[in-house]
Amino acid sequence: MTQTIKKILPGDFAIWIFIYAELLVFGIFFISYAVTRSNNIELFNESQLLLDRTAGMANTVVLITSSWFVVNAVHAIKAGKEALCARWLSGAILLGGLFVMIKLFEFYSKSVEGITLSTNAFYMFYLSLTFFHFLHVILGMVILSVVLFNTRKGSYNGEEYTGVETAASYWHMVDLVWIVLFPLVYLLR
Amino acid sequence: MEYQSQAVAKYYFTAAIGLFVGQILFGLIIGLQYVVGDFLFPEIPFNVARMVHTNLLIVWLLFGFMGASYYLIPEEAERELYSPGLAILMFWIFLVAGALTILGYLLVPYSTLADLTMNDLLPTMGREFLEQPTITKLGIVVVALAFIFNVGMTVLQGRKTVINLVLMIGLIGLAVFFLFSFYNPTNLVQDKFWWWWTVHLWVEGVWELILGAILAFVLIKTTGVDREVIEKWLYIIIAMTLITGIIGTGHHYYWIGTPEYWQWWGSIFSAMEPIPFFMMTVFAFTMVNKRKREHPNKAAVLWALGTGVMAFLGAGVWGFLHTLAPVNYFTHGTQITAAHGHMAFYGAYAMVVLAIISYAMPIIRGRAANSNKAQVMEMWSFWLMTVSITFITLFLTAAGILQTWLQRISETPMTFMATQDQLALFYWMREIAGVVFLIGLIIYIMSFFVGDDEAA
Repeated sequence: MTQTIKKILPGDFAIWIFIYAELLVFGIFFISYAVTRSNNIELFNESQLLLDRTAGMANTVVLITSSWFVVNAVHAIKAGKEALCARWLSGAILLGGLFVMIKLFEFYSKSVEGITLSTNAFYMFYLSLTFFHFLHVILGMVILSVVLFNTRKGSYNGEEYTGVETAASYWHMVDLVWIVLFPLVYLLR
Repeated sequence: MEYQSQAVAKYYFTAAIGLFVGQILFGLIIGLQYVVGDFLFPEIPFNVARMVHTNLLIVWLLFGFMGASYYLIPEEAERELYSPGLAILMFWIFLVAGALTILGYLLVPYSTLADLTMNDLLPTMGREFLEQPTITKLGIVVVALAFIFNVGMTVLQGRKTVINLVLMIGLIGLAVFFLFSFYNPTNLVQDKFWWWWTVHLWVEGVWELILGAILAFVLIKTTGVDREVIEKWLYIIIAMTLITGIIGTGHHYYWIGTPEYWQWWGSIFSAMEPIPFFMMTVFAFTMVNKRKREHPNKAAVLWALGTGVMAFLGAGVWGFLHTLAPVNYFTHGTQITAAHGHMAFYGAYAMVVLAIISYAMPIIRGRAANSNKAQVMEMWSFWLMTVSITFITLFLTAAGILQTWLQRISETPMTFMATQDQLALFYWMREIAGVVFLIGLIIYIMSFFVGDDEAA
């Protein structure tokens, strides 16, 4: 007998429509970046060297770690450990906050250098992409906070944990976009 | 009708349809003036007739939205309207102010109207779609505030549903963004920049929430599908609307003096604007397919389905046609824009108002649905109007493509007026389609007066 594998979408179906729509927007932005870069390679390479790669790298580590925390939170709630789930979620939110701080520092240092969206095509993309991603990190933190609040209130348990999975799916999307964005904008030459 | 006060909607719906007739008549006048330039000159010049055509559209849709709100908010909130008297008072104020404004456009030169209404104290006139005298604009604000207070109190004191919530956000947004019509900077770039905060953030932002809420209400009532399912769809649709529509404003900011990044922001985000409209179509058809009851009002279901399809085509597809900056570089302000405008306004907003009128009016008049005879007539009017607006759109699109080519792309570009002469055939065909639209509208109105004796 052939065994049929039942594929279950983690979290609420609606969040996946949302996630795909977000990925579509970022995807088009990435393609636009690539096309524009291929016409202005020198400009892009020169400007790219001026980015703070250490901050970018640090943020990559921070965001991946926080995604791992969220994975642990989902495992915890599936095992019925609500308090543990809440702790992992809190950790993930704190790391999200750290990402926001590092990113704000980057925005600040670019701004004092007088760099704006109109400086050149590279910076238009750098600032737009990182800013839109930045907004998603904040939205993700809001979603995680709501789920943390609900977890503490006892809304989830070993049987009913859709909310946690929904938030986790969104947070992984935020992470995934950064994992493409960081090498594309900071590193690839 | 579950609550007596829902009946105030009848005033609003009646006025909406009356003004709709006016809009179409003036549409036919300007359509003819495109090819017979001195038709009705000097009594009704083109610029005045066009102003009346577009202003009547906005006003009748506002009447429709208010009527829809007065009808559905009490039913959703499960209580009587906070103040039916205020609703009727505001109706007369809005109707009289609207009528005086239109008469002002028609009877005196625009500059005289500006003088008479003391525009110099707070100059807001002279901008497309926002031509109303300042005093009329203030009147609109008063009516809108009283209206939002009235329905807001109803919602606050009653059951809170997702439909009411989304509708309220849409209505409050409508009022807030209208305030930008009072900001009239002398710098032309600034002027245009903020002008779109009313115009774009209305039709590609908050109005879509109103549309979504009305459509969801009609679908819940006619299909009997579970509220939770419909609410989830509504959430996703409005989220997509706001994600794409807000920054999508940028597609109006190409080459008007705004920074270059708007070409990217505007192109990318507005290119996604068809998505919520497509979801609305899928939403409407899915709900009707999953229906748990056969509602006797087939005409209302037809309008609801039509709204989804025509909004997607008119707003979504025809909007996408010229939303990307490299395309818009050539098509900006041509008949392509007019084609998009006609189908989008009809498909999204005219049709959703007609859908709620179709659903609510029989109930207000004391029956679940109109007689079979009346419904058949209404469906005829649906097809006549919908097919003719499709042809208007196709003829204008053809005119727009030819115009773009002759005037802007060809090796030997022609002047604007010389190009217009070359488009005459399309303008004539558009006018014929317009006459068919008027016939459809007349049949629509007649459907209210037939078959009362054999009411279903």
